Formats: sequence, structure tokens, C-alpha cells
Amino acid sequence: MDVRYINPFVKSIANTFQTMCGLSINVEKPQLKSGDDPSSDVSGVIGFSGDAAGSVALLFNYDVASKIASAFAGTEINEDHDDFSDAIGELANMVAGGAKAQFEGLNISISLPNVIRGKNHNLSGSKSAPRLIIPCNTDMGTFYMEIGMVLTKSVAASQTAAVGASQ
Amino acid sequence: MKIMLVDDSRTIRNIQKNVLKQLGHENVIEAEDGVQALDKFNQDKPELMLVDWNMPNMDGITLVRKVRELDKAVPIIMCTTEAEKSRVLEAVKAGVNNYIVKPFTVESLGEKISQTMEKVAAKA
Repeated sequence: MDVRYINPFVKSIANTFQTMCGLSINVEKPQLKSGDDPSSDVSGVIGFSGDAAGSVALLFNYDVASKIASAFAGTEINEDHDDFSDAIGELANMVAGGAKAQFEGLNISISLPNVIRGKNHNLSGSKSAPRLIIPCNTDMGTFYMEIGMVLTKSVAASQTAAVGASQ
Repeated sequence: MKIMLVDDSRTIRNIQKNVLKQLGHENVIEAEDGVQALDKFNQDKPELMLVDWNMPNMDGITLVRKVRELDKAVPIIMCTTEAEKSRVLEAVKAGVNNYIVKPFTVESLGEKISQTMEKVAAKA
């Protein structure tokens, strides 16, 4: 994955969590996803299509997710609450939307949120899009952002041609 | 004033309801997609609409176009993660009166609502 595509997600997650939850995020160095990644209990996933393909996911354990969902909604939302998954999905939606807006010149669409629940699950992505895991530390605990995004072939080819022409 | 909130996220609708309550508006109708909103629009005749863009069944931009075929005047605020200038222009062209990008602060949402109502009142 091109590292230029990481910053929009980092900026967006910081803005989303500060604005909606009043929470500062200390983002650690991204790591390439391997077989030894942290598992999660709830994941909010948004897919990308159009000029770029892939997805962004926010991965939480139940304890951290409950605290963050409660801060977001302004009322206590634990894992059994009817709005728990909705809150996690909407946060992922805002992070994806905020990042998408920073990819100037690319026409990208985002999917509706999908929320996956299950103690200690892992997400699997396409092998064609290497995935990065970014630890996000907050006062409410640590969660992870997982990103896998590649430009579609025609867009990548035109960008390569543009770089070649400018050299 | 009767206000319709259209968003597939109940969490967002609840946040919006709280802001409206602070502004003294408690007469709220909720819809979770464009189809439901259009049905309720015909029945309930809201006086202000807050509309999300990305929703299942019928998205917000389609809803705005359909509402404008029925009612040119009802104020509509688009409240969405779609932040690109091209999207804002598309929404304005479809007939929205104001636009707020998620994530939003409670204060900014309150301001947009008040601002929209003032503009509408000034035109009347």
C-alpha cells in the first residue's frame, strides 16, 4: 500500500474522535499486517470502490468500544445496547468519509458500514491489497485501524504516466 | 415546528434530536432511509429536513430530488460524510439549502439549523 494514502486516514480518525467523542488519539507507527495481529471483538468496516478499492476498519475490544460508543452517543452504550453496532459503524463511516475527501482528483465511493462482532475475531482482506494496522491509543484504551487500499488499474496507470511525463 | 431526521444511523438521529431539543424543537419525525422518508413526507409534511447522503434503499440525494418535485420550499439540510466540493455542489443543485459535514460538533449543527431557519424566515 502506498504510504501517501495513510495520512488522510490518520488525520480523519483524529478529527472524527476529537469532534464526536472529545477524545485525543495518539497514533503509533503503521505495521504491515501479518499472521500475528491483535484480534478484536467488534469491527466497523467501510469498503471503497471507484478509483480506489479496499477498505478501512476500526477494531476494538468490547471494553474500549463501549467507552467510545458511549462518549460518541452521549449516553451509556454497552455491547448489549441496541445502538452499539450502529455507533461503531457510524464512527467507521465518518473516518472513511473524512479520508476520502482528502484524496483529491480521485473519484471514490464508500460503502454503507458493516459491523462484525465476535470475541477475538480477525479480518481477512484481499491479498492484492496489502493491509496496514495502525494502533490508536486513547485515554479510553487502545484500538486499531486497519487499512488496505489500492488504486484501480486505470488510475494507477495514468498516475504513473503523469509522474513519467514530469521527470 | 415539525422536523424530519433522515439517517440510517439511530445514534446520529439521537444526537440530532438532542441538539434540536436544546434549540427548543421536540416535534421530530424519524426515517432511516429515503423510501421511508418519502412516505412520511407525504403524510407528515415536515417544515425542515436533515438528510444523510449514504443510506440503503434510497440515498439522500435521490430523496432531495424527489422531495423538490413535490415541494420547492421545505428547507433541507444535508448532513453527511460526503465532504468533496463536487458533492456539495451536486447537493445544492438538487435543492438543499444548507450542508454540514460529519463529523460535526453539537454547536455547528445547532448553528446550521438556526442559520437555515433564519434564511427561510427572511425569504418568507
